[in-house]
Amino acid sequence: MSEQQGMSRRTMLVKVGIVLNGIVGAALAVPILRFLLSPVTREKKFGYESWLSLGGLEQFPAGQTRLATYRNPVVNSWDGETGDIACWVRNVDDQTFQVFAINCAHLGCPVRWFPQSSLFMCPCHGGAYYQDGSRASGPPERGLFQYKHKLEDGKIFIKAGEMPTPGRTANTKRGGMTCA
Amino acid sequence: MRMIQKIGEWLDLRLQLGRPIRETAEHPVPRETASWFYVFGSAALTCFMLQIVTGILLALIYVPSAGEAWNSLQTLNHDISLGWFIRALHGWGSNFMVAIVLIHMVQVFLFGAYKFPRELTWVVGVLLLLVTLGMAFTGQIMRFDQDAYWGLGIGASIASRVPVIGPWAVNLMLGGPIIAGATLSRFFALHVFVVPGLLIAFVGIHLLMVLKLGINEWPMPGRIVRRATYMQEYRELTHKQGIPFVPNAVGKDIVFSGFILLAIAACAIYFGPFGPGGKPDPTIIQTAPRPDFFFLWLYALLSFLPPSAETPILLIGPAIGIIVLLALPFLAGEGEKSWKRRPIAVLTILLIAVALGTMTHLGQHTPWSPVMDAWSSEPIPSQYVHGRTALERRGALVFQAKQCHNCHSLDERGGQRGPALDTVALRLTEDQLIRQVIQGGGNMPAYGKNLSPAETTALVAFLETLRPANQAPARDASRSVALGTGESATRP
Repeated sequence: MSEQQGMSRRTMLVKVGIVLNGIVGAALAVPILRFLLSPVTREKKFGYESWLSLGGLEQFPAGQTRLATYRNPVVNSWDGETGDIACWVRNVDDQTFQVFAINCAHLGCPVRWFPQSSLFMCPCHGGAYYQDGSRASGPPERGLFQYKHKLEDGKIFIKAGEMPTPGRTANTKRGGMTCA
Repeated sequence: MRMIQKIGEWLDLRLQLGRPIRETAEHPVPRETASWFYVFGSAALTCFMLQIVTGILLALIYVPSAGEAWNSLQTLNHDISLGWFIRALHGWGSNFMVAIVLIHMVQVFLFGAYKFPRELTWVVGVLLLLVTLGMAFTGQIMRFDQDAYWGLGIGASIASRVPVIGPWAVNLMLGGPIIAGATLSRFFALHVFVVPGLLIAFVGIHLLMVLKLGINEWPMPGRIVRRATYMQEYRELTHKQGIPFVPNAVGKDIVFSGFILLAIAACAIYFGPFGPGGKPDPTIIQTAPRPDFFFLWLYALLSFLPPSAETPILLIGPAIGIIVLLALPFLAGEGEKSWKRRPIAVLTILLIAVALGTMTHLGQHTPWSPVMDAWSSEPIPSQYVHGRTALERRGALVFQAKQCHNCHSLDERGGQRGPALDTVALRLTEDQLIRQVIQGGGNMPAYGKNLSPAETTALVAFLETLRPANQAPARDASRSVALGTGESATRP
């Protein structure tokens, strides 16, 4: 066997090795990527939202806006208190309700309701909203996020499960444009 | 002694590291670089080593679980012997590390050290700045309290604004639909594995290049960097007039690093650990989340950007900033190094420093936020109600009850979101006051739906009294003329 043949066999083996590792690497990349992207694929497949009860309507008197809390439908046992989410329920006239996300439409800080001035105010960057959730002043580009809701058996249900953010508006209605 | 020497020789025969270590330590450096201006890089490395040690110690106790992290921090603070001190060292070490990295960067910039042939050293340095800030941000999440929780909310809201992939980015960042256990776990993985790994790799490359290319010489005005001649000139500076790094130049590095460690320990003992603040319970909404010191400028910036420009500025601004920093050595790779001949460089540093300082100051005081409890905690100054009519005093009550005080100050007390109202009657006529109250505008909500006509009348009557005693209120001259009454109609 000449030396040249030996060399070419050795380089051949290196090439085979590289190709083999490339194939194995690509094959391993698929499960790794699927694992990493599972929060995205999980949402596309099953969705995160479901109908949740906020409790009996008697807790929400007409003409008032009150804080309600619910346990997020998708939680793990180690989520602790972070699985509890708050929202604002406005009972306009016992027929019409609005349920606002706690998150400011600017950057997600918790808005507070002030019945005295009928305004929602955000502690972070000074966003303010009217009682119907429409934008009053400050940096927010839009009104408060609203949950879809329905009244059944004397209870109010909302469709919730995802943190509302400015870019994810598909599942949350825009805040009302008129002052109610 | 002989025993130690023998062991040393035995090891060196096998490791053969003695010579390269000695050569590295004694490599010649330009004489003038044994300076107090050249100590910041080594001090940053010292801070990083302190962070590694204290971080490992904290990981012995800390539980990266959304349900338990806060409790484990309380245990560290109160139940583990000197746990509070290790937490304080890690927290203050992080502040010092960011500060020293920034100072190091300013020094390197002003001394022209990014120019040929050290472009790549600068680029890796920029990456080191980014990963250091990444450590600071993810570290703030580890202190899993209200600020961390809502800080993640701000991060998710920014991520969601990325066109097309925004909602996916939020899910990936949070590890699920909401801020919860998966979020803390992934930020823990970033903080203790991914980002430190990058940091160690970049520090290694950065240091290797400092050794291979040599430390930047002291810039002399008029000594111009040229690609063709620089290497030769630098070799003369180091080999003909240079001094060995150890022991001649390293002394100041060691002393300064020791001083920094002492300062961190002193801050840790005197000020103690950072938080944790309130429990990360999102149903507790009586909170005013605020980021740590080094991100306060960004927090302030977010409240000043106009709504229409916010998303593009948020998404494109950082990219432009990073590209400018990365491109700097390629745009200005040659020429003058001394800051004495680079006025624009000096002005740029001053401008950035003043801007960041101002923004940070504003971020601490948040004048853009309503003072949520001013309406119930700040009374109307007595001089503004003394000797007023019943209607005007009724207006003062409306002013408090409708929370005008939350955004408007009187006698420098109350909110600063809107203008101070101490002399508002000089600026706005009665009609303008009514219009402003009812319709709002200029970033003020409209109160028309929320005030009865009687309340509006009383409030405006009160606002009309807000002027210095001897000055007449603003009035609409044309109105007096049209009605044929008033002073302006009768004046010559």
